[in-house]
Amino acid sequence: MNCEECGKRPATLHLTKIVNGEKTEYHICEHCAQEKGDVFTGFHNFSINNLLSGLLKFDPMQKSVKESTSTKPLRCETCGLTYAQFSKSGRFGCSDCYTFLGDRLDPLFRRIHGNTQHIGKVPERTGGQLKIRKELEQLKQALQKYVASEEFEKAAEMRDRIRALEQKMAQS
Amino acid sequence: MSQQQFMQNPWSNWMKGEGPDSDIVISTRLRIARNLRQHPFPLLATDSQGEEVVRKVTEVAESEALRKRHHLQVIHMDQVNPLEKRVLVEKHLISPHLAEESRKGAVLLSPDESVSIMVNEEDHIRIQVLLPGFRLNEAWEIGTKIDDIFEKHLNYAFDETRGYLTSCPTNVGTGIRASVMLHLPALVMTQQISRILQAINQVGLVVRGIYGEGSEALGNLFQLSNQVTLGMSETDILSNLYGVARQIIEQERVARAYLLEHTRVTLEDRIFRSYGILMYARTVESKEAAQRLSDVRLGIDLGVISDVSPLVLNELLVTTQPGFLQQHAGQKLTPDQRDERRARLIRERIADTERPAGT
Ligand SMILES: [Zn+2]
Ligand SMILES: [Zn+2]
Repeated sequence: MNCEECGKRPATLHLTKIVNGEKTEYHICEHCAQEKGDVFTGFHNFSINNLLSGLLKFDPMQKSVKESTSTKPLRCETCGLTYAQFSKSGRFGCSDCYTFLGDRLDPLFRRIHGNTQHIGKVPERTGGQLKIRKELEQLKQALQKYVASEEFEKAAEMRDRIRALEQKMAQS
Repeated sequence: MSQQQFMQNPWSNWMKGEGPDSDIVISTRLRIARNLRQHPFPLLATDSQGEEVVRKVTEVAESEALRKRHHLQVIHMDQVNPLEKRVLVEKHLISPHLAEESRKGAVLLSPDESVSIMVNEEDHIRIQVLLPGFRLNEAWEIGTKIDDIFEKHLNYAFDETRGYLTSCPTNVGTGIRASVMLHLPALVMTQQISRILQAINQVGLVVRGIYGEGSEALGNLFQLSNQVTLGMSETDILSNLYGVARQIIEQERVARAYLLEHTRVTLEDRIFRSYGILMYARTVESKEAAQRLSDVRLGIDLGVISDVSPLVLNELLVTTQPGFLQQHAGQKLTPDQRDERRARLIRERIADTERPAGT
């Protein structure tokens, strides 16, 4: 078997990568491996582009994009990236591309992450009131849990914290 | 530290061999990807747009708040030669992508090299924390504090539904990639490794290892990292990775004990043969060096070899790489010349640090 990178030398290194249960193998020669950088940093992002555009090619959402071209903008207004470019490179051009592509990204995210919604850290300043809203949601869930398990002291504590947060939100 | 020292000095904080479980976990790495609003991502940015991002980021690095934590030094990629870039890659301070493809790239480095912040890699900002041993929480605490300081001064690209917006859809959400580099010789020798790799992919994690002919990973080193960044909190991502790594560490320990108990002579023979080769060989290829270093390291961790410091091996893993060898030689070397220099370097370092047996 010849090296997948240069196609010239025989492939002597075989890299197995497992992404969400899908096993992909790469076969390259030692020379190309060394060109890629040190061996145990290992192939960071190596061929991930190909993987992504592979995902996009077989994605039914591509069809729906073609159908709806008359109504939706054809390119990101900020950076000019088109859907075709995105599906080829698997990369966004700027943060506004996320708005431009919108819901059309859901199937892709679901495949890569199994999820479409962020639930982690929220930046203090640019996150605005989102941080408080998320905290409220968590408190309300905790409240329900304590009520259900009849831990009323803890439930009351949650209720007080919810009130305090709601006041804080109303003020800002 | 001067720019020159970052290139010449082989030592990074992560090689110190300290920290929990450092017999198996070589290092812990955490990367946080962040971008600025209203700036095209580095892949599309023009030179002047790229320069502007570097300027904004370095301004924050020089701000009071960040200075208090870390004295970061800026290295612009267009001011270092290809060999120096390669050394930075071999020390794990920058990615091959920043070294090769970014036009207006820069890296901000802390003196002990435990913090490195890449600017204009695939994302505008990539904060990396690299620590010796198994220290995921500590790495996150250091990283998230730096992130907070940047966020105070810069307008991050953040979206309520998608989280931190990144250039590649694989990083969106938390933008964090946490990884541990594991030395798993006994799991490889007992052929349990493939079973374990199979199991890992069920839980949103990924393992990278490089395979030579046959099934052995180069130097028996494996990098375990999270794959999912969207829809999981940072805490969940880290504790998931922690839990799985913990199990692998325990299994490696069990396998080591098993080998020692049932095949002691064979195991010792293998370890001492590798030790002998490293002490006396006149030419060593990188692949063989990695394997022999792995054997000797196992010998040290099992107490079979007591007169070499494990730190030497951490250092040799880096200094026997092509970039470092050539930097050290001050010239480009052919593969044959590299093999010869590699053998000499290993001989000298082991002889240097050898302690009389029994101490
Ligand atoms: Zn090749
Ligand atoms: Zn855009």
